[in-house]
Amino acid sequence: MTDLLALLKKMLSASGLSGFEDPIREIIHEAWAPLTDELSVSKIGSLHGLKKGRGKAPRRRVLISAHMDAIGMMVTDIQNGLMRVTEIGGLDHRILPGQLVTVHGREALPGVVVQPPAHLLPESAGEGPVEMKYLFVDVGLRPDAVAEKVRIGDTVSYAQEPLELTGEAVAGHTLDNRVSVAATTLCLQELQTRMHDWDVWAVASAQEEETLGGALTSPFDIRPDIAIVIDVCFAKSAGSNDWRSIPLGEGVGLGYGPNIHPALYDGFEEKAKALEIPYHRDLMPKMSGTDAMAIQVVAEGIPCMVLGIPLRYMHTPVETVSLKDIRRAGRLMAAFIADLTPDALDKIQWEE
Amino acid sequence: MTKKIEMSAGKVPEIGASQIELLEKLCNATAVSGDEHEVRQIVLEAVKLIADEVKVDALGNVLATKFGRGENRVRVMLAAHMDEIGLMVVKKHEDGVFEFERVGGIDERQLPGKSVLVGREHLPGVIGAKPIHMTTADERKNKIDVSAMRIDLGPEIGEKVKPGDRATFATRFELLGPSIRAKALDDRFGVATLIELLKHAPDQIDLLAAFTVQEEVGLRGARVAAYALDPNMAIAVDATPAYDLPPWDDEDENDRYNTRLDAGPAIYVMDFGTIPDRRLVNWLVETATQAVIPYQLRQPGGGGTDAGAIHKVRSGIPSVSVSVPVRYAHTAASIARLDDWANTLRLLHTALGRVTPDLLAGERRG
Repeated sequence: MTDLLALLKKMLSASGLSGFEDPIREIIHEAWAPLTDELSVSKIGSLHGLKKGRGKAPRRRVLISAHMDAIGMMVTDIQNGLMRVTEIGGLDHRILPGQLVTVHGREALPGVVVQPPAHLLPESAGEGPVEMKYLFVDVGLRPDAVAEKVRIGDTVSYAQEPLELTGEAVAGHTLDNRVSVAATTLCLQELQTRMHDWDVWAVASAQEEETLGGALTSPFDIRPDIAIVIDVCFAKSAGSNDWRSIPLGEGVGLGYGPNIHPALYDGFEEKAKALEIPYHRDLMPKMSGTDAMAIQVVAEGIPCMVLGIPLRYMHTPVETVSLKDIRRAGRLMAAFIADLTPDALDKIQWEE
Repeated sequence: MTKKIEMSAGKVPEIGASQIELLEKLCNATAVSGDEHEVRQIVLEAVKLIADEVKVDALGNVLATKFGRGENRVRVMLAAHMDEIGLMVVKKHEDGVFEFERVGGIDERQLPGKSVLVGREHLPGVIGAKPIHMTTADERKNKIDVSAMRIDLGPEIGEKVKPGDRATFATRFELLGPSIRAKALDDRFGVATLIELLKHAPDQIDLLAAFTVQEEVGLRGARVAAYALDPNMAIAVDATPAYDLPPWDDEDENDRYNTRLDAGPAIYVMDFGTIPDRRLVNWLVETATQAVIPYQLRQPGGGGTDAGAIHKVRSGIPSVSVSVPVRYAHTAASIARLDDWANTLRLLHTALGRVTPDLLAGERRG
């Protein structure tokens, strides 16, 4: 059994911004190779791992989608050895000043995000948050060396080292959504020793943070009968305490709303109860903000479930999760999948 | 007192692997104003074999003296502050979450989304921020209020952290090509420089090194250190901001850079707290010119150093400041050039070797 923390740390050490997933894809490929029967890469860059079911073909298919891409930045301009940047994914510019980053130029260059002093900013900037277009990235090199090593379009990733907090809490960047890739890996591991009738297609999807491109295309290739989307959800914390957030370390989120097929919700809830895995109903009244938004409408439509790993401080470099919730998510998925009978799809119906 | 290591006074000190290693250790240590313990231990360890006298005074300053030889030795005080800006935990909430207060000048915009180390055990924690998904466009136009920020140490922190514990940014020292990226280069540069100067102290002066406390909260250590050491003159060795960035619109020239990287040590002509004795400014400039050491004159303006307290102690002490230019001081990660540090050390060492009683003979004059 892989050490979850070690696996997670390895995944966090690789960059893989939306559209540039190859570094993380290679690490997932390595982790999934011994756990799957076939591995392939889609045209848009998602990783597909097939673990075959035991029944006779044609078998039903369940797709697990865990997006592997990360938010970050891209170089837009270079001035006197300092880089201007724009965002990839949704970044709050207010958390950027002083962040450690890596500029992926001709080599990986460690640097820092810089907030210029007020007198070098337009007066309108005042003493408030400085807009992203006025921030710089400094890699400590002189202008000639920067010109040699960095180009417009190079990606910039967070470089915050993962931290182990108390109570099995871990903090770091890109835990959204590497924790779900880790949970999917745990699920595949558990399925090594459990019979399952259905084919399991584990997908590390690309571009969730920008275009949902991975989630729109992989199901088209795979044509699953159902899909389980695993992503992070909001954990209660300072400034995030309303109904949209569930507690950290006290169970997984079961998504509930229009992106989710109610029969799948019921199935997961029953399974969680039976296994005594703590869970919270994670309300998503309009949309889930996950791959499920795309998968649901691929081809003739696919019933989706959304599983959430509670995460504090989403889209900052100090996102915080509990390892307990990652294990729970992996276990719950494996149990749900192992119990899918060949005719299970008959039960995933609308009441009418 | 253990056996002293004899140093060659004439040899110009250089910045090599061992000096960088010491600076790294100093930067990675935690010493928020009022709790300078960790840096003080490193300093005491470093100076005990090279100074003639070492003492820790009532406020926690380390005063290390290296006596010269011969008659009419000028007593030269060098001051570098051991403390750094940081945080103090002030209130415990549920679930491993703590309220904190800033110690020293920290722009609150530098805090959200950072990792920190709390207390003597350096326990890791994070200052989170609300997910962007839950913010409104209007909200993002305003700063995140520091009173709404928390340090999160995980749910099972128990009694390991309590109000009063200090915290710093968790940034580890790193070399980036010609540069250093670290927290607290302000003023571990000065601390490391003073240690080197003690090792290579010129013979014709008494070198009075003050590793001071509480600079960032009011120059408190320097004041009592200067009284105790009673020097003839003083130099504050510090780090000063380099605002040498392009202006936002590319049209204006940045004429308020304070200092620039790669331009050498910054000699002060005036800051918020001190109008340095011009005889000392001239002495430094002449030394740099004659020894062909790069230097720059720090643009007169705000900011200050320990000299702000020292020059008004007793009946007045002729003082000046010399700083290593540092980008992004008082943030999680400042950047500075190794060359600027090496040239700061060279300038100070060379200048100290030229000190004679004549330097301060007669009245103060510009």
